[in-house]
Amino acid sequence: MTAVTTDTPVRLTDSTKLRAWAEAVAIPLGALVVSALIFSIFLIFLGKSPVDYFQLLWKGGFGTSFSIQNTLQRAAPLILCGLAFAIPAQIGLTMIGAEGALVLGGFSAAAIAIPLVTGGVPVVLTMPIMAICAMVVGGAWIAIVGWLRHARGVNETISSLLMTYIAIAIMNFFVEGALRDPGSANKPSTMPIGKDYMVGYIPATDIHWGLVAGIVLAIALQIVMTRTTFGFAARVTGGNARAALAQGLPVGRLIVACTAIAGACAGLAGYYEVAAIHGQANASLVAGYGFTGILVSFLARHNPIMILPVAVMFGAIEASGGLIQRRMDMPDATALVLQGIIFVVLLTSETLYGRFAIFQQKAGAERT
Amino acid sequence: MSIHGVSRRTLLKAGAAGLASTALPLGAIRSAQAADVIVGAVYVGPRDDFGWNQAHAVAMEILKGVDNVEVIEEENVPETDAVSKSMESMINLDGANLILATSFGYYNPFVIDLAKKYPDVQFRHAAPLWNAETDPKNAGSYFCYLNQAHYVDGVAAGLSTKTNKIGFVAAKPIPTVLSNINSVLLGARTVNPEATVQVIFTGEWSMPVREAEAANALADAGCDVLTCHVDGPKVVIETAEARGVKSCGHNASQAPLAPNGFITGAEYKWETIYTMYADLLAAGEELPNFVAGGYHNDMVRNTPYGAGATPEAVKAADAAIEALKAEEPIYVGPLKDNKGNVVIDKTYDNYDPFLDGMNYLLEGVSGSIT
Repeated sequence: MTAVTTDTPVRLTDSTKLRAWAEAVAIPLGALVVSALIFSIFLIFLGKSPVDYFQLLWKGGFGTSFSIQNTLQRAAPLILCGLAFAIPAQIGLTMIGAEGALVLGGFSAAAIAIPLVTGGVPVVLTMPIMAICAMVVGGAWIAIVGWLRHARGVNETISSLLMTYIAIAIMNFFVEGALRDPGSANKPSTMPIGKDYMVGYIPATDIHWGLVAGIVLAIALQIVMTRTTFGFAARVTGGNARAALAQGLPVGRLIVACTAIAGACAGLAGYYEVAAIHGQANASLVAGYGFTGILVSFLARHNPIMILPVAVMFGAIEASGGLIQRRMDMPDATALVLQGIIFVVLLTSETLYGRFAIFQQKAGAERT
Repeated sequence: MSIHGVSRRTLLKAGAAGLASTALPLGAIRSAQAADVIVGAVYVGPRDDFGWNQAHAVAMEILKGVDNVEVIEEENVPETDAVSKSMESMINLDGANLILATSFGYYNPFVIDLAKKYPDVQFRHAAPLWNAETDPKNAGSYFCYLNQAHYVDGVAAGLSTKTNKIGFVAAKPIPTVLSNINSVLLGARTVNPEATVQVIFTGEWSMPVREAEAANALADAGCDVLTCHVDGPKVVIETAEARGVKSCGHNASQAPLAPNGFITGAEYKWETIYTMYADLLAAGEELPNFVAGGYHNDMVRNTPYGAGATPEAVKAADAAIEALKAEEPIYVGPLKDNKGNVVIDKTYDNYDPFLDGMNYLLEGVSGSIT
């Protein structure tokens, strides 16, 4: 490369960035519109009015202050689980085991709370210990997936999925055995941590603090992935692991670190399920947030900050689901059909990147 | 039912509703069609699961036919804060004045907290969890002793089996499940002292693959009648039918799934409770906080006999139902568990709280709860 003036390349980069950004916004938005159209056809075949549907979707998701809180409350675990998929995705891994890390994280938080609560340890100490415990356990759990991938060449998608079942089985083993609260006869659970040890709600709302934690983490991880050498190295590895190795990047450590971060996010989601909602660990922790998080992350193109609006959108679909069932007399699976259509259309839209001239740099696009 | 016929009509209706909802705020629509009693039911699974949720949905269908009662329903609501939002949405957006929370895990903390927040709304939950000392007065519990109908299943099965082995696919070893298993055994033993029950626990309320495996394993082990206690018995009954063994149902009617081998099934009769609640609300009277019952007060029933029931089985089962209506006891002590310890020292009334803490399988049941 010969010397160039500092001026020109900078401007070129800006324009490239802008175009790439516009492409990254326009294509998912277009995919959403197409999904809505396909779903409308589906509704018409069912004999339901799409207008009605989307109106109720709006009302149930955002129409009243109650609806907005409902949406945000449901978005909270989805943000954390979306991050749990997005971070490994940045390093090139398809890690779908957030559900397991959530369950184990939540369970370990509830388990460690038992001696702390009975021992009368102050709330200010117990809460962070529980949260850290959930993050460490969740992080270690998914780090195993990363380590298996790097050291043993085990496919991370398969291992993370299978480990989810192991995680649920581990929780069930303890919840129905050694750690079962004798009072929970017909629904085996750990000992309740008690109201005093619960994290509570954001003032004037009934949204728990998990939402704030998710927003903070999404912003922090966005900065880490785009503004630090760690994030850069991780994304280089995601682009081409062999090239990264050749460049001397510590690929193994990067993979384990990214999977650990992912597990910690999911584990924290588990902590909030226990400490903000259930007050104990039981089978209700297995609610599928970890799997919905995958969709959220895909829709956000594994971009931490974009997970926020996408999680809110999914929260709205779920929040309005009940209203739609009741008003339109439609089965709950309708919401799943919508989510499924969005997912398929979105995956298809991935092939469109680089195909619209308007988003490409004029003089030889660098995108492949 | 023709899909096209329905779709055109509902399309018009939906379209009209759509137009109306653009013109009017939500509240206005509601008040225009307001009934005296708006009952909101929340289900943990699909309404057509051939099991627990269907049993409730069938009762709600009957409630829809009652004057001045409007029914709203929501299915597949998980036992997380999603359920409190669903219930709250029914109250805020639909004006529900009675909430029926039908899944065990809905109660604590969701129903309790919401009952405190909305003292003018009545909440009733389908498990005996309401505590008069600690829980809000506008909350309450209702519960049916399904083991009575399982006892009748056992009587019919005891006379329908040739191998004397009844297979039982069970979800979790918790008291209500154990009581159903033990009642099947005791029912079978009243008519067939040789009868035994073989149990496999799947460990989950809904795990169709494992339920099919368990049903097959029991059939392989020589059981020629299968029954179960899982959320949706569809898989077990269908597997039994495919294997050519007879079956007894659970929760709702599975008779259509097994035209050849179905004997009878243990069914809830939630409509007895639901119509009672609706009538009391319409009359402006207080709802009882705690309702429990069985055959003597019309809260359980057995599915009409199928092709698998022998004439003797039908006769004996009908007699057993009459006996239960007369409150004759199922647990006639002393009884030993399958490890040889006396666990039931004397004869207990069918509703005795002592039996609610059951943590054993009786002698004659092979299987382990640990």
